[in-house]
Amino acid sequence: MSAITGRRLVAFLLACIGMASCAPSTKAVMATDASAVQLRSFQSRAFDTTETNKTLRTVMATLQDLSFVIDKADAELGTVSATKLSGYELRITVTVRPRGEDQLLVRANAQYMDRAVEDPTPYQDFFTALEKSMFLTAQQVQ
Amino acid sequence: MSTVTTRIQRLSPACVMCAAVLAGGCATIPPDALQLSPDSTQRREMQTRKYEGIDDKHLMAASSGVLQDLGFNIDESEVTLGVVVGSKDRSAITPGQVAAAVLVALLGVPMDIDRTQKIRVSLVVRPVSADLAAETSRDFYVRVTFQRIVRNTAGAVTRIEAVDEAEIYQQFFEKLSGSIFLEGQRI
Repeated sequence: MSAITGRRLVAFLLACIGMASCAPSTKAVMATDASAVQLRSFQSRAFDTTETNKTLRTVMATLQDLSFVIDKADAELGTVSATKLSGYELRITVTVRPRGEDQLLVRANAQYMDRAVEDPTPYQDFFTALEKSMFLTAQQVQ
Repeated sequence: MSTVTTRIQRLSPACVMCAAVLAGGCATIPPDALQLSPDSTQRREMQTRKYEGIDDKHLMAASSGVLQDLGFNIDESEVTLGVVVGSKDRSAITPGQVAAAVLVALLGVPMDIDRTQKIRVSLVVRPVSADLAAETSRDFYVRVTFQRIVRNTAGAVTRIEAVDEAEIYQQFFEKLSGSIFLEGQRI
């Protein structure tokens, strides 16, 4: 009786582990769910400014408003990475680079726990918060 | 029968952990994760002070000094953007949890308690006038943010959160003000 129950429990545990392994192994290095073009369009917005450093500072202020703690910032490369801990772990990297003569392209990519965020809504939320602090409109790019 | 009960008792934490892994592995991002919360302004005020009549490098050096006084190691810094990032690993053992664990242990059930925590900090210095370059500005906002990850005696993560206690921020700015002989003004 006890041995059977024990075996069932072990089987249940194995099933648990099987179901939990939705993150693949090395395949994950090059894997994405959405197409690169689609992702880029969710994750990017253009702003009518050429001031990279001021934009990076505004990005950091926005991330702090969203309860992120900054992990790294690099003015030369135009990147900022930050982490939000709130019962979960959310990592984000934001890059700022020139787009043409008079615009900057801001791109964000986020990771929630062990998954890439590939849903457009959270990115839309981020750019809504960012454009408020930028006093500039975030323009969708194709 | 009693063996079975003991086995179930032993195995149930493992099941809970499996469920946690499941939840963590496959969950999607909460809808409000990248939305400004209603209390974001209040939190910004708690985490920010304004310092006038000082240059950015002096302010950043003093800020790093205060972080070091608090035992943080500096992990990253970027003067051009006014960023300093630090962290420290400390004990997370609290007398209350230890007492509870002892009581529960007396009943014959082992209990894991919070043991260590990694505390992270980032500090951003930015000119009050956004149009002014940091080199020419003399008035700055300093915003500091802390967060922590707590692990228990079994090594599992038990807390993953932002530090939101106003006294902690208050104390940090008191130390910073003391080290630069300037009073930080609330915003």
